[in-house]
Amino acid sequence: MSKKYTSKSGKERTVRAIIYIFLTLLCVIWLIPFIYLIFQAFRGESTSMVTYIIPKEWSFKNFVFLTEKTNFWSWYLNTFIIALFNAVLQTVIVLCVAYALSRMRFKGRKLLMNLMLVLGMFPGFLSMIATYFILKLFGLTSENSVPGLILVYAASSGMGYYIAKGFFDTIPKSLDEAARIDGASRARVFFRIIMPMAKPIIIYTIMMAFIAPWGDFMYASLITFGHEEAYNVAVGLYKWLDKEHISNYFTVFCAGGLLVSLPITALFMSLQKYYVEGVTGGAVKG
Amino acid sequence: MSRLSELEYLGLPPMKRHLYDIGQFFVRLPGNILNFLKKIPLGIWKCICAVGKFFAEIGHIFADGDWKTKLSFIIMGFGQFFRHQIGRGILFLLMEGLFVWFMAAMGGGYLYGLKDLGTQATIKTLNAYGLEVVEYKDNSLKILLYGVLTIFIIVGFIITWVINIRQNYTAQKLIEKGIRPKSFKNDIKSLADEQYYKTLLAVPLLGITVFTILPIFFMILIAFTNYDYSHLPPDKLFGWVGWDNFQTILATDASGSDKFAYTFREILIWTLIWALVATFSNYFLGMFVAICINRKGIRFKKVFRTVLVMTIAVPQFVSLLLVSKMFADEGIVNNILMQLGWIADKIPFWTTQDMARIMVLVVNLWVGIPYLMLIATGVLMNIPADLYESAKIDGASGIKQFTKITLPYMLFVTGPYLLTSFTANINNFNVIYLLTAGAPKTMEYQGGAGGTDLLITWLYTLTITNNDYKIAAVIGILVFIVVAVISLIVYNVSPAMKNEEDFQ
Repeated sequence: MSKKYTSKSGKERTVRAIIYIFLTLLCVIWLIPFIYLIFQAFRGESTSMVTYIIPKEWSFKNFVFLTEKTNFWSWYLNTFIIALFNAVLQTVIVLCVAYALSRMRFKGRKLLMNLMLVLGMFPGFLSMIATYFILKLFGLTSENSVPGLILVYAASSGMGYYIAKGFFDTIPKSLDEAARIDGASRARVFFRIIMPMAKPIIIYTIMMAFIAPWGDFMYASLITFGHEEAYNVAVGLYKWLDKEHISNYFTVFCAGGLLVSLPITALFMSLQKYYVEGVTGGAVKG
Repeated sequence: MSRLSELEYLGLPPMKRHLYDIGQFFVRLPGNILNFLKKIPLGIWKCICAVGKFFAEIGHIFADGDWKTKLSFIIMGFGQFFRHQIGRGILFLLMEGLFVWFMAAMGGGYLYGLKDLGTQATIKTLNAYGLEVVEYKDNSLKILLYGVLTIFIIVGFIITWVINIRQNYTAQKLIEKGIRPKSFKNDIKSLADEQYYKTLLAVPLLGITVFTILPIFFMILIAFTNYDYSHLPPDKLFGWVGWDNFQTILATDASGSDKFAYTFREILIWTLIWALVATFSNYFLGMFVAICINRKGIRFKKVFRTVLVMTIAVPQFVSLLLVSKMFADEGIVNNILMQLGWIADKIPFWTTQDMARIMVLVVNLWVGIPYLMLIATGVLMNIPADLYESAKIDGASGIKQFTKITLPYMLFVTGPYLLTSFTANINNFNVIYLLTAGAPKTMEYQGGAGGTDLLITWLYTLTITNNDYKIAAVIGILVFIVVAVISLIVYNVSPAMKNEEDFQ
């Protein structure tokens, strides 16, 4: 490697060395919590926090404990079902709204967009209490909170249309017009022309809609309140770190956290390309 | 920078034109802000005009309509029956029937209940064995909720009614001209074509109305009641108190026994500081990391990027809860540092206010830098390379290139993102709640608030732990006002957000 860079000036080399050191340091800092998580999840001795990082005894005890003594897998299943339904419903809703607002010009369109912008400025939690009572009216809280949570997540997802709309805006309008001159209806244009071209944004939307419920604490804690079996993973695991539980559950929390993180991280990493496209596109176009 | 004429501008090479645009944006900034302020009274006047026009239109339709149209004012869908639009007519009539039935059977009572939100919560009687039996009567919460629902149904009905008479009038005019109005069959068909947006938006808008607009409206009303821990239905009633709660929060006399006003002010200031520091520290450091990774000749770009992106992938409640425990008093960081002999006493990461505030900002960097790294990478790739080359030829140093090309370009392109992330940080529940849950709590604050609490996490504590709904509602409204004012100013000033058609 030295041969290739001998022609470079000394200054350039020191700059590069500094950058390498900086980035490596950064990576180490970024990885420490995850390594710590893995070590704690497999620690066999003592379930509380200890003063060293590397476990003295490696075992699957914590995972066995999770399966046998706790509701972890029912939380996991709840979250998985919610995520699955949310992925479908939210994607359909977001695409519908984005297409309508991007492609069609109708009376009240600007008003609608401004209204959604303003609604988005209310803190989401403000509406939670009323939402809770509306769901309670339908009997969709506590033990039935899985459908309740699906409904809550999907119902307001129409306001998150920005990124998909930004993408639709970049598809040339002449395509639509050509198809419409040939006699295709708007619905046909949507399904036959726009949809196939919008694959990256569809994957992005599905991915985000699937991942979001796994991390939601705020809504889930209120709607599942007082009914342990209906918890999602975030609410369930959060309880294990409070003062009463932490000494008995710390390593169990880590094991559970690992089981939640692994599939999500794997999914995310494999679809990273779409995520980057969505995020950068969204940030640049607003 | 002087303004160029249209011709001169078009004559510029593309990249210079771009730089010129960026320069002009900053030159016009003060003027734009002034223009925005002028727009406010104009907007209000426009609103008044629109309402006036609406009533004028209804009056005109009534005066100009024939007897069928006039009768449709009372019997919805009446005109349609005689104008080959039987399908529409049946729908309108059905809606009116349903509405009248609803109002007569329930709605009227619900509306009346809104007056005082119930008069008697419980009736206590003794049963045959001498035990007390509680019978629940009025539930203020349900009365309010049903009342709000009724109001929404009434508004929906009025909109339908207006559509009904407008359609009648249009059909009447068409027939006068000798054109046959559209049949019901055509209507259905057009829902997949010219009116496809109605099909697409129906379900999403219903969802937003029921689960966003209605709850927000409900909570705004809660702010005018005394709904809190001492007025919890179904055992107790709550009622209207007017602007009392706003006075409690916004009182200028902060020394009073009630410290809500003081707490609110302190937390608002911290929220704004947090949002500002969190947004910009992430922004600049993220950009810096992106520049480092994307520098020519640096290898393992993909490795660095993947490691950083991991923090986005792992659910925050796992990573942040773990980090908060790592820095706890008996946590691993303190222990390791003590074993190494670097510190003698435990560092109170979360237990003193200043330290905790710094810590949440630092950990937020850990969360936020990867996002910004991704975004900045995307933007950096789009900066035309010839800009840098010509700058190099002109002898610009690396720092100069950064301040004159990279930074203005980034700011220009990601302006809207900066705004959204600023408002998102004001409402950043996860980072604060999972790291500290608002701790350290202090006696100085009222309502269970702590040193790192943002308004949004305080809102959470107030509702979930303290059941102080009335104050929570007021705070929610105030958060909205803060966010809305900031957004409106930036939205009106930034160029990239206005011209959506430009991107097409």
